[in-house]
Amino acid sequence: MNAIDTVAWFVYLLSAVMFVIGLHFMNSPKTARRGNLISAAGMVIAVIMAFVRLFVTGYRSATAIVLLLLGILIGAVAGVVSAKKVKMTDMPQLVSIFNTVGGGAAALVALNDILTPQTAPSLVVLITAGLGVVIGSVTFTGSLVAAGKLQGVKFLRKLTIPGKGLFNVLFIVLTVASFVMLCVQPDRRLLWAVLTTLFALVYGLVFVIPIGGADMPVVISVLNACTGTAVAMSGLAIDNVALIVAGALVGAAGVTLSILMAQAMNRPLHSVLAGGFGGASAATSSQEGPEGTMKETTADDVAVQLVYAEKVIFVPGFGLAQAQAQRELADLGELLKAHGVEVSYAIHPVAGRMPGHMNVLLAEANVPYDELVDLDDINPQFSSANVALVVGANDVTNPAARRPGTPVSGMPILDVDQAQHVVVMKRGRGRGYAGIENELYFEDNTQMLFGDAKAGLQAVIAAVKELLA
Amino acid sequence: MSPLVVSITLFVLALLIGVEVIGKVPATLHTPLMSGANSIHGIVIVGVVIVAAEANSPLAYVFVFLAAILGTMNVVGGYVVTDRMLEMFKSSKPTKTSDEDKREEAGK
Repeated sequence: MNAIDTVAWFVYLLSAVMFVIGLHFMNSPKTARRGNLISAAGMVIAVIMAFVRLFVTGYRSATAIVLLLLGILIGAVAGVVSAKKVKMTDMPQLVSIFNTVGGGAAALVALNDILTPQTAPSLVVLITAGLGVVIGSVTFTGSLVAAGKLQGVKFLRKLTIPGKGLFNVLFIVLTVASFVMLCVQPDRRLLWAVLTTLFALVYGLVFVIPIGGADMPVVISVLNACTGTAVAMSGLAIDNVALIVAGALVGAAGVTLSILMAQAMNRPLHSVLAGGFGGASAATSSQEGPEGTMKETTADDVAVQLVYAEKVIFVPGFGLAQAQAQRELADLGELLKAHGVEVSYAIHPVAGRMPGHMNVLLAEANVPYDELVDLDDINPQFSSANVALVVGANDVTNPAARRPGTPVSGMPILDVDQAQHVVVMKRGRGRGYAGIENELYFEDNTQMLFGDAKAGLQAVIAAVKELLA
Repeated sequence: MSPLVVSITLFVLALLIGVEVIGKVPATLHTPLMSGANSIHGIVIVGVVIVAAEANSPLAYVFVFLAAILGTMNVVGGYVVTDRMLEMFKSSKPTKTSDEDKREEAGK
């Protein structure tokens, strides 16, 4: 190892350490922002080092460097603009898009390693870079579909794949076969690398398309882990410590988060990834729903219930994000607290479209994070609550989950039905992502307030103000 | 020992560190965490720079150019968006948004 490479090694090691410290600081809201900055600083150091080494050791073609710098410029502008412009409600899609491009970049670096050398690369490079290509390509299309599903692209929601299990297996076999051929026949690497890439790209599609929207948080996390692993594999191929360690960290982070989330839904990770909800919804929607009728209420009635309550629990869900009503909900909470009502927010671990999605939205609306209560801590409190106000949450409140034999069975739910009164704000009479009727809506103590969550909350706020005036 | 053996050792140890560090993060911060981890894999940009030094064919130019765009978008956008999210978790500090007026209504 020459001098510059030794220096580079230690600088990359320093960046890797900063990534670990940065992630470590993420364990508390107080230090999380500093953690992110430390991690970003580690990234800047690594990139500067890469450029220093590039100019010290020289490069083969000035064209490549110009294209590199141009690409970085375009990417930086695109990244900053999209990150600054995105609404908090659209955050999950953007994270998924960033994952898409990361996976794509990892696949391209690995492909480059296989295809551009004049002589056939060693078996080690073929295996590691090949894995980078496979995993990176699967993430690329998979994350793209996930982002599309989160965005609610209609064409994706209707899209189903006949005999999806079959296609999954088929494309896994095809991908693995061409990957093995790539390692066996390095002379024909162009053919096999292209086939591997294509099959992996298609596999990414057939893997994510059948998975229902409610399971997207887990999918994004798994794909995030995949990108990390792809980057680590590319790092093994070009023997770079920064890529290996950072990639492994992200891989471990993604897997850990996925398992935590799958546990929160009380379903094994593999059953989530096999597309449980999405596939079952068509079959179950034809079954008969619960008996009874829904009782409608008005904003004025809701206001009266809230003002004369001692304890109110808000249960936000994806509908809140969709209607961008987080600020209204926070305002209502403030009004009630000022009036002496005890207000807390029940946060289901998989409410929304990303883990902790509700926390981010309510943080945006300046709700202090200590008012957001986890599933295990809030459930015993419902029985002492006068009103539970459900805003745009559906499947996570369905008491049917307590019985076996429904698509949501076994999923831990918020015990909303234990509250004295339940008010559900809902856009329409439609079903949730699991595709079944919510039995909660037919309970005696449940009242429905139909309409857009934002408009509905504004009406309730106005009515509350009138009562308090 | 061959470099590959060392590299694989690093990979495995880093995996263990990752599991250890992430397991301690509360659910409240899972979204920023995912976004933060997401930006860390933007380290692939370092790989792109390294690969660019060797590039001298049209095919390699295409790979470098595309990978540079995608990788940079990942890393820059990722850190900016994570910072935006985490900034909001400081509940004492008001956030800058277009809905300023509505919050003032309830601001007490």
